[in-house]
Amino acid sequence: MNVTTAIQAATRAFAIGGPILELDSISLRFGGVKALTNISFNICEHEIRAIIGPNGAGKSSMINVINGIYTPQEGEVRFRGERLGAMTPQRAARMGISRTFQNIALFKRMSVLDNIMAGRTLQTRATFLDVAFRTPRSRREELESREKAEEIIEFLEIEDVRKTQVAKLPYGLQKRVELGRALAAEPKLLLLDEPMAGMNVEEKQDMCRFILDVNENYGTTIVLIEHDMGVVMDISDRVVVLDYGKKIGDGPPEEVKRNQEVIDAYLGVAH
Amino acid sequence: MIYRQAGQFRTSYAADSRAIPFREDRVALALILIAAYFVIPFTASDYWLSVILVPWLALSLVATGQNILMGYAGQHSLGSAGFMAVGAFACYNLMLRIDGMPFLVALILSGVIAALVGVVFGLPSLRVRGIYLAVATLAAQFFIVWVIDKFGWFTNYDTSGIITTQRMEIFGYRFTTPAEQYLIVLGIVTALTWLADNMARGRTGRNWMAVRDMDVAAEVMGLSLLRTKLQAFAISSFYCGVGGALFAYAFLRSVEPTAFDIYLSFRVMFMAIIGGLATTIGPFLGAAFILLMPVFLNTTFQGLFGAAVDATIISALEQVIFGVAIILFMIFEPLGLARLLQIAQDRLRQWPFKY
Repeated sequence: MNVTTAIQAATRAFAIGGPILELDSISLRFGGVKALTNISFNICEHEIRAIIGPNGAGKSSMINVINGIYTPQEGEVRFRGERLGAMTPQRAARMGISRTFQNIALFKRMSVLDNIMAGRTLQTRATFLDVAFRTPRSRREELESREKAEEIIEFLEIEDVRKTQVAKLPYGLQKRVELGRALAAEPKLLLLDEPMAGMNVEEKQDMCRFILDVNENYGTTIVLIEHDMGVVMDISDRVVVLDYGKKIGDGPPEEVKRNQEVIDAYLGVAH
Repeated sequence: MIYRQAGQFRTSYAADSRAIPFREDRVALALILIAAYFVIPFTASDYWLSVILVPWLALSLVATGQNILMGYAGQHSLGSAGFMAVGAFACYNLMLRIDGMPFLVALILSGVIAALVGVVFGLPSLRVRGIYLAVATLAAQFFIVWVIDKFGWFTNYDTSGIITTQRMEIFGYRFTTPAEQYLIVLGIVTALTWLADNMARGRTGRNWMAVRDMDVAAEVMGLSLLRTKLQAFAISSFYCGVGGALFAYAFLRSVEPTAFDIYLSFRVMFMAIIGGLATTIGPFLGAAFILLMPVFLNTTFQGLFGAAVDATIISALEQVIFGVAIILFMIFEPLGLARLLQIAQDRLRQWPFKY
């Protein structure tokens, strides 16, 4: 451990703990296509874990397995020691797993505020009758949701567009709103599928800051798919490298960077 | 100059999420409601009350139901007239077969029965969407009307298959005159519209819109698509059922099952679309447009040509103009009359300045 990482570790509000999510020999096939083959790795509490690899390596499939959109044919996923058999997206959400999508999947015709408040659907209990008759429970929850949503809006610096329909926002802001919606659910584990794809340098820097702040302020464990190696090496604690559905590297960024197999498959060499 | 909203500060989140944010609009709504409750019943003619206003209110309620399903939850349905029939005939049978059944209770129960039927016919929404779902809900339309027509029990074995609705009576008071019937319909429509608006702006409405806009993301947030879609079908059908019962009891009075045909379903759908989907006021504006436009065209043509032109040509011409008006409208303002109202308000705020 070099000096900078030692300082980082010492000043971190939430020290990296034991494994929160364990993936054990995961294999996923679509018919004859092997998307993931025998992949095992773990994600520790409070860490930022990056998944990298060339296009089609199975990164998004990996995230889809973690949050239950795909069910792997073999292997098991354990979240906080509990074995997850048939995982569904709903179950994942109830266990505290939130995510964003590679192609923005916002509720396009709703306002920024409504999108973020919609993200709190599991944090609220009011039935449609509560809502219809504005019972005290409904009104209290609505206010709580609003307060929480405003906290996120302030954190992400999108106060001025809170009542704007998201379809009208520029791409970079939409990505930010999607992060906000995921945060609204107060996740334990946050899955970010290419949060910085298509952004310019300033937008990337902002997004990095938000990701680090989420990790720092709330202790949220973050799994991140990203292609920008500078970003990955800068902000992640550990990196998993996939290629053709197989794991070819796993470890801290400096170590992965020197891994010959990773260099051959993905990073390449300066010519 | 009268429509200025400067200086109206919202200093709490509750104030910021009111149904009607501006004071002027709240005053306007209050005035409209006062006029509707205290002026119109005493001034409007019986013809206006029972032939224009009552069906307008009842169909606005049905269109509100259609709007919940189509506008908020994004599930296209062509079954609204079928659910109206369920409401009307459920109400009739409840009143007929249960002694001393109060009208209001029967009305709410008939809405609940329509909701249950709606859930059954909403099941295809879990597998198909968009225009294909609309086709699937046609089954509701045809099946329900067929069942009521086929089995005499629903019409109390009337030889002509036509039912005559019972009197509307609340707490021993009989609502018989057009003004009284108008008031009872108005009261129910006001209450149910308030509830629908609350749902649409709250957690329930956000869940519906989440499913409408991006179902994968909604599911990943932990929302059950099954429950949310079926809930929308149930609540929408409740509104259609109550609206159908009011339509039958306060307007038609002698009801045959075929009154609730596919044409009525289409008209309700047009009301929701032309009025403006996913707005509270839209269904009311849309219903007014669809109901009043033909009346307006009719009187205009009669005034212009009178006996000079053949009546069949006039009525054909009316249909053509009505159709063209709808097409033009959809081209120039696809977001509906509610959007036009919004634009007018925005202009008025700046008047007499351009910006």
